[in-house]
Amino acid sequence: MEKDGKIIAFCCAESAYRAADRAGRLRIRYPDNVRVIRIPCAGRVSVLHILKAFEKGAAGVLVMGCQEGACRHLTGNIRAKERVKYAKDLLKEVGINGQRVKMVNFGPDMAQKFAREIEEMAEKIKEE
Amino acid sequence: MARPFRETLKTKDFIVTAEAGPGKGSNIAKLVEHIELLKDRVDGLNVTDNQSAVMRYPSLGTCLLIKEHGGEPVLQITCRDRNRLAIQADLLFAYSRGINNVLCLTGDAIDTGDHKEAKPVFDLDSVQLIHLVHTLNSGKDMVGNELDGGVDFCIGASATPSADPIEPQLLKFQKKLDAGMDFIQTQAVYDMDELKRFMENFHKMDNIDGVKILAGIVPIWGAKMARYMNENVPGIYVPQYLIDEIDQAPKGTKAAKGIEMTGRLIRQIKEEKICDGVHVMAIGREERVPAILEAAGI
Amino acid sequence: MIIAARKPLEEIRNMLAGYKRILVVGCGTCVTICWAGGEKEVGILSSQLRLASSKDGNELSVMEAVVERQCEKEMVIEELGDKVQEVEAILSMGCGAGVQTMAELFEEKPIFPALNTTFIGMPEKEGLWLEMCGACGDCFLDRTGGICPVVRCAKGLLNGPCGGTRKGGKCEIDPEKDCAWVLIYRRLEKQGRLALMRKYYEPKNYRAVKRPGKIEALEA
Repeated sequence: MEKDGKIIAFCCAESAYRAADRAGRLRIRYPDNVRVIRIPCAGRVSVLHILKAFEKGAAGVLVMGCQEGACRHLTGNIRAKERVKYAKDLLKEVGINGQRVKMVNFGPDMAQKFAREIEEMAEKIKEE
Repeated sequence: MARPFRETLKTKDFIVTAEAGPGKGSNIAKLVEHIELLKDRVDGLNVTDNQSAVMRYPSLGTCLLIKEHGGEPVLQITCRDRNRLAIQADLLFAYSRGINNVLCLTGDAIDTGDHKEAKPVFDLDSVQLIHLVHTLNSGKDMVGNELDGGVDFCIGASATPSADPIEPQLLKFQKKLDAGMDFIQTQAVYDMDELKRFMENFHKMDNIDGVKILAGIVPIWGAKMARYMNENVPGIYVPQYLIDEIDQAPKGTKAAKGIEMTGRLIRQIKEEKICDGVHVMAIGREERVPAILEAAGI
Repeated sequence: MIIAARKPLEEIRNMLAGYKRILVVGCGTCVTICWAGGEKEVGILSSQLRLASSKDGNELSVMEAVVERQCEKEMVIEELGDKVQEVEAILSMGCGAGVQTMAELFEEKPIFPALNTTFIGMPEKEGLWLEMCGACGDCFLDRTGGICPVVRCAKGLLNGPCGGTRKGGKCEIDPEKDCAWVLIYRRLEKQGRLALMRKYYEPKNYRAVKRPGKIEALEA
């Protein structure tokens, strides 16, 4: 995997995507090797989506949903959390560090947090 | 030559049996030592059958050794390692060499032992095994063929007074009694009230005439051992007050304390006539059994 | 239904060593329900195989397919048709019956089982499957209040329980598992039919099904 490999960020439209948007408007800087994919809910991300992202060359995947208790679809973010856990094990089986996939919870105005998470993942990728 | 166990059961007031546990390997020196030590101190000497599902020198072979040394063996047979053909064959052989007493057991699970990938047999269970021995005793094999040379076994089985829940165990116990028992050797008991309750239940059951109950006695030599048994050994439960008592004994006196505690237990059973005797299972410490019996006043 | 679980990835990869073009075939019936070998699982395993191969620098092309019921020859042929021609080996995510049906239909292709078929069972709750039936061919459930002693008793006793029952009615082998005979006792007690457990049961006929089993039946 390349040292500046791409990060795929699946962002829930209600929270993380709005935070990403806000980060853009506030011109908060973060690494540019990230592709933001807007989804209606974190629960829409399947385990296979995560694996396919890696298959297509991603070096890290972030699943970004609402804070627990705030999911518009009630448990989408909980399901996402479980799937990310499962995906970690599947990646480990393949010999890929489970830390390359992460579940993060957001409120819609957490622009700084968005930038930080991207930076952290980019660091992790560089480390290996 | 030792007195036939069947006779002893009928006539003696307080019966004592003990156990010789074979080791792993063809070296029988220690086994012979234990046999020599115990054969004249007890009415019957049991030999375990791959105890705890750990592969060992066989029960049948050890019973032969006991015979050779003039003792009275009790052959323990489990259903875990042999099917109905092998069991019948072994019983014919045993009888032909003067081994007349058999303890019919289901057997500890494979997982308890050291050959964890072995195939468990359990072609029969303990109740079916008891019936089988009766069938052989009547001169036929399991499928009705006449035997050329019969057998006449004295039949024993086990019971678990400390089972929780107790009701299913009592149903099973009744089935064993229905099949016809000569003696019962229970799993380890420590609580005399529990043993008394068990005996009360026993006296309310059917088909109890002439059946002798020997309370199982497993000495404890330390708190760690007792806790280990509670966690890992099926059917054994050592109460906290006894664990505390052995724990409080200073280092270096544990053996003596264990002997004293075990002796006390046996003495109480004998003096209060709680049941017909005891079966002492010293598991690896057979050499301490004579001291235990002495402490018990036997 | 038949319950199976996927083998560890390493074991599967070892089976496939040296093959460059494979077909992964799932089954749409039992193994889909128990999350072992359905369409999703085919997708996941195929993805893992590709990722692992590319990491090792090995070539591996993985085709994916799912047969409605892998143990039915017609369905297999209909679904897989010519796909098998294009590959060197087949990785089946079906149960043992599915693997062997395909092995027979495609005799020249090596076929590997991705699953370990484990038992006949049912879902106790989502994600938890328990063994219920041992396919012994001599059903005893009428006598035990509907609880199978052959597979739910660790020793398969017909006159249980054994003396190893742990406190609280748990099994000698596993303190997390219930002693089947304690369960049977409680069930029969509820129904007022404890007489059934009081009865002596003769040794089981272990030759009720002579393996390999075979049944011929007529359609009504």
